[in-house]
Amino acid sequence: MEIKKLRKGAWITFFVAPGLLVVSVFILLPLFMSLYNSFFSWNQLISDRFVGLGNFKRLFGSYPYKDRFFNALGNNVTWFVMTMLVQNSIGLLFGYLMSRRIAGNQVFRRIFFIPVLFSIIAVGFLWGLYLKPSGLLNSFFNLINQPDLRQVWLGDERLATLSIIFVNIWRWVGFPSLVFLAAIDAVPEECLEAAYLDGAGEWKLFWRVIFPLIIPSITIITVLTVIGSLNVFEQIYTMTGLDGAPNYSTDTIGTLFYRTAFGSVDSGSPEIGIGSAIGVVIYLLTFCISLASIYVTRKREVQL
Amino acid sequence: MKLKTVVVLLVVMMLTPMLFAGGAAEAEQQVSAPVTTLEFWTWRPEDVDFYASQIAIFEARNPDIKVVQTAQKNTEYNTILAASLAGGAGPDVFQGRAYGGLATFADSGYLEPLEPLMPELKSYSATSLLGATSPTDGKIYGSPAVSQTVFMYYNKAVYQELGLSIPTTWSQLLTNFDAMEAAGYLALGNGAKDGWTLETMLGGMGPAFYGGTDFFNAVVAGETNFLDPKFIKMVEKMKSLTAYMPEMYMGIGYEDMRANFFNEIAGHLIAGSYEAAYFAAQNPDLDFGIFAVPGESAADPAYVSVYADMNFAMNAASKHKEEALTFLRFLSSKEFGKAMVTDLRMVTSVPGVDASQDPFIARVLELQKNATPYLFLVGFRYAQPTGSSLWQALAQGVMGGTVTPRQAAEEIQAGIASYYKPFQN
Repeated sequence: MEIKKLRKGAWITFFVAPGLLVVSVFILLPLFMSLYNSFFSWNQLISDRFVGLGNFKRLFGSYPYKDRFFNALGNNVTWFVMTMLVQNSIGLLFGYLMSRRIAGNQVFRRIFFIPVLFSIIAVGFLWGLYLKPSGLLNSFFNLINQPDLRQVWLGDERLATLSIIFVNIWRWVGFPSLVFLAAIDAVPEECLEAAYLDGAGEWKLFWRVIFPLIIPSITIITVLTVIGSLNVFEQIYTMTGLDGAPNYSTDTIGTLFYRTAFGSVDSGSPEIGIGSAIGVVIYLLTFCISLASIYVTRKREVQL
Repeated sequence: MKLKTVVVLLVVMMLTPMLFAGGAAEAEQQVSAPVTTLEFWTWRPEDVDFYASQIAIFEARNPDIKVVQTAQKNTEYNTILAASLAGGAGPDVFQGRAYGGLATFADSGYLEPLEPLMPELKSYSATSLLGATSPTDGKIYGSPAVSQTVFMYYNKAVYQELGLSIPTTWSQLLTNFDAMEAAGYLALGNGAKDGWTLETMLGGMGPAFYGGTDFFNAVVAGETNFLDPKFIKMVEKMKSLTAYMPEMYMGIGYEDMRANFFNEIAGHLIAGSYEAAYFAAQNPDLDFGIFAVPGESAADPAYVSVYADMNFAMNAASKHKEEALTFLRFLSSKEFGKAMVTDLRMVTSVPGVDASQDPFIARVLELQKNATPYLFLVGFRYAQPTGSSLWQALAQGVMGGTVTPRQAAEEIQAGIASYYKPFQN
């Protein structure tokens, strides 16, 4: 009996070890290294002396780090709110419509998902061209004789972040659509029939029957949106650059982290201590907010 | 049985080369000196062929040294170089950044101080040496290779067509702009989407208004600061140029700016000397010239901003320092400097190189007689927040209309004063 157990343990170790090794080397180790680095002051690229939480104090308490950090975090919040409101609502709508087997739903399913498969860098680059002053979008407004609608999509401080979020929604909306479609399709037919028999309309059916039953997938999408919004980087890097131009209006903690930790060729030298502190904060934020959102949405789940 | 034979054979095959390897090395040592391989890194993938041809010349003269060239993408170069130097590896000889970018590596102890090894560095100009010196210990860590100059490019053909001449006052410049706009050209091709191009713009049009080198020296010494009315006036003048820039200039990035000029849509462009070769390659028919942007009266000196841009540096942890020095000496020779002028159209920092064969470089050198240091890069790019990062973002605010010139000056002053001792008294 004991030997059998031991054997089983050995087998489990055998299967888990490779994955655990990869996670340890590429995720846990860097995490602890950045935590370790954040406790030191750095003389250029060499760690200097132990400063405890000094880097965190500077990040949250002194100019310009404080201003840059909260400005960037504010943009991350904008990302989260807009993605939740616009992308996931559209995703839910698309998922619902496709689940109702509207005409051509098989085609839509594929079309919506195609941009998800595109390289994020390619999407950023191409949309960067489309959103130029003389790009596709403004040319379209000229074509339909509405030149007043033309905008400096990526160069206007009020519009730049929203433009990039829009591009990201275009790229990613197929993913929540498909998740919601699968969830709605998994709602037992008898529940829907029972609701119909009880005289529920489409509206009531959705909110009272379908919605409570697809909360688990809403949890997943919410958590992914939280993580995605906090880690957004490539879209900004490709469309407005590392400096979060114009005037930091598209800066996020991802670009702020990169710029601070690695420096930017055109504007300044790296500060590894502060950069590592930002990295740790990003990790903690992602971890805590994800936990919280799982907790909140779990409470609303309904068991059949 | 068969398997055993195969295993024995494999073992024998693995062992025999080792046996002979020992002997071969001995034999070789007796015949000729072993070849040393040097790693050489650049951030110029576009110049790989140029360096390959120069390395061939070097290797022919030094048969015992082999140089392997690696070009990294410009924007990723610092990160890759920092990571490999920190790991104790990295190239033996490499292109190094200037000013704060050099200090990052020098202060970390990754660069070999070159003055004791290369006494000839003393003959270089003060401007180029400043870019190769760490402000922390005052030692020279690079052999200056190239300097860049910022000025106004103009389209000669359009000037001829409209009967314009090089302006000697700011109002003449604006008259030329108006004439171009009237003739259907874009007067000034610059945009504001990429913040760093606004630092270039400052370098091109700013010095005449803030007072060139006098202001630079005073502000670096802390005798004046960025709230100086002359500096604020310069920002206002820059903002006033938006009237001549492309429609929706806030969305015009670096590539679009350059295309505006070499496609002859725009008649002027404020940019650096590093663009000339690119313009000529993109549009061989483009007939362009350069001038220094004038101040309000013809008596005001018209400055160009100059900065050291590239140094050749040696890894302090190199295992082949002697050979690396030989190669560095080659990269610092007049012959190599001349090749940089003729093949790359870059303004070499090597003293005594005759550049008169290339009229463009000759003209740059002529304008450099009225040179002033490139304000934020030379003076304030050593600690965060750098003057450059402050200016680039705030200038975007000014150009986009969300920040006033005065606010911009105040924030730059406050940002630099947060660490810069001369501003704290």
